[in-house]
Amino acid sequence: MEAVYAFCVGLLTACGIFLTLRARTFSVVIGITLLSYAVNLFLFSSGRLKLESAAVLNESGVYTDPLPQALVLTAIVIGFAMTAFVVILAMRGRADLGNDHVDGRIPAKESAMQRHRGYKS
Amino acid sequence: MISHLPILPVFLPLLAGVFLLLPPIQNSIQRQRLFALALCGAIVVVAVLLLLKSQVSGTMVYVLGDWQPPFGIVLVADRLATLMVLLTAVLAFGALLYACAGDDLGGRFFHPLFMFQLMGINGAFLTGDIFNLFVFFEVLLIASYGLLIHGGGKHKTRAGLHYVTLNLIGSTLFLFALGMLYGTTGTLNIADMAVKVTRLDEAERALAKAGGMLLLVVFGLKAAMLPLHFWLPRTYSAAVAPVAALFAVMTKVGVYSILRIHTVIFGAGAGELANIAMPWLWPLALLTIVIGAIGALASPGLRALTANLVIVSVGTLLIAVALQSPEATAAAMYYMVHTTLISGALFLLADLIWEQRGKAEDRFVMARRMRQPVAVGIAFFIAAMAVVGLPPLSGFVGKLMLLQSTVEWPQAGWVWPLILLSGLAALIALSRAGTSLFWRCHGDPLPGEPIAGIKLTAVYLLLAASPLLVVFGGPVVDYSQAAADQLHDRSQSVYSLLPEDYQP
Repeated sequence: MEAVYAFCVGLLTACGIFLTLRARTFSVVIGITLLSYAVNLFLFSSGRLKLESAAVLNESGVYTDPLPQALVLTAIVIGFAMTAFVVILAMRGRADLGNDHVDGRIPAKESAMQRHRGYKS
Repeated sequence: MISHLPILPVFLPLLAGVFLLLPPIQNSIQRQRLFALALCGAIVVVAVLLLLKSQVSGTMVYVLGDWQPPFGIVLVADRLATLMVLLTAVLAFGALLYACAGDDLGGRFFHPLFMFQLMGINGAFLTGDIFNLFVFFEVLLIASYGLLIHGGGKHKTRAGLHYVTLNLIGSTLFLFALGMLYGTTGTLNIADMAVKVTRLDEAERALAKAGGMLLLVVFGLKAAMLPLHFWLPRTYSAAVAPVAALFAVMTKVGVYSILRIHTVIFGAGAGELANIAMPWLWPLALLTIVIGAIGALASPGLRALTANLVIVSVGTLLIAVALQSPEATAAAMYYMVHTTLISGALFLLADLIWEQRGKAEDRFVMARRMRQPVAVGIAFFIAAMAVVGLPPLSGFVGKLMLLQSTVEWPQAGWVWPLILLSGLAALIALSRAGTSLFWRCHGDPLPGEPIAGIKLTAVYLLLAASPLLVVFGGPVVDYSQAAADQLHDRSQSVYSLLPEDYQP
């Protein structure tokens, strides 16, 4: 179980980092979202992975650390708000700057290539 | 009431922000201004009271909901934290006063956002719990995103996109680091973590070290440490003047967090993990000064110049942090108070100059004469003297303290030339700025209103800090020395914050 879990977190992080390094705001936003999923899973596992145990003290005495779950909840709420904000900001950037490049302008080489392929900017 | 003092710097701005959003106050800008100024004044008073109280009765630990540490959430008002809260409150008051002259009209929610920003900053200084440090970072960041694009426009959107993206990735790294530290030490209380890191075994130590270094990256991003500083000049020069002035304390939040985490948790008392960050922090701090000085010499306008001077000051502070001695930490605290207020004043001043020079804005080119060259010129002269570090102003005292604290260290050979040369670079850059802004001019001034009295008052209020820090130099130096000793003494910064059975 641990290996699969770790692999998933690693894969999400790798995809997130790859996408945040892209030049268009859309992929950056998706990358940040993937990174925040990865970090939520990672935080959850910091209390160790346990099966069939409640997050509160119960009669059977089998329980898991409740704190990481509280932390993940906080992180999800904050992450949600931040993602909403960055989506709006990216749309505002598209409107204000006329393109969706993270630097606000398309580099000369890329825009020449787009013209060649027949894209309209 | 007095026992609830430590939470007031967090609670008052929150309350103020909420009230500013509600009808009786929200629908009139005059009422908003009066209310915000009154609350900001109240926060200054609370900060002064807190500082006096922390000096008389020692560190105050405020246990929220009476859940005892290390399990519950605590606020810790020690000497360093209260000093930073007072600094923030004074800077915020100056910036808010300036904003009330008209800069707050660019968007509807300037005042509430300003208050939430203040809440985040104060919370980050006061918290004794590393997860709440994250939460308060997010509070101050989301408020700063709103404030940065306040007023709108292309430049702000572009600067905002970079700033927001970088900080979102920074927050993700912060959470990764927290997960590693919680997974190994099993606690989030800073003092408790300082005890637990000494008891880790070999494998856990490697993970905790990775967590600690990730925290350095995160705080380095906030503080604008060398490879992570590229966002700062554009962001700070795009923001409205009072917001840029308030942002002057945001880099200091990063420096403060490095100081707190890497002195208390990973400091000299951490056993195998002692001073893990210092071999990295040390060269990066020196290089930060170099890159800041080069940027200052290359700046085309006063705002960009001020932003680069902020980077130089961050480098100077990080050197003091990397030295890890109480004397150097004391110098850092004195210098931090000085540099924050003066950079804030310089951002406001750049805006005053901008609005008087028409199309030339704040660029160092020939332009029409200013309408009030004397009032603005005197302010610029004082600010420049203080930033460069010429006697008799506070920059000189701060740098002298820092240089003195390194005398007996082998690193002095690196620190002395770099700090003195960065002072020289700032002197050259500011002389060039002053000469072209005030003397290379032609023709009559552009017609227009004279500067609002409130704006000049705000600038001089912040600038007054510099001579005051020298006149009351004795008590301030004593205070920062006591604060530094407290931070470096584990019995005060760790064990006194935990229950009896945690004592060594």
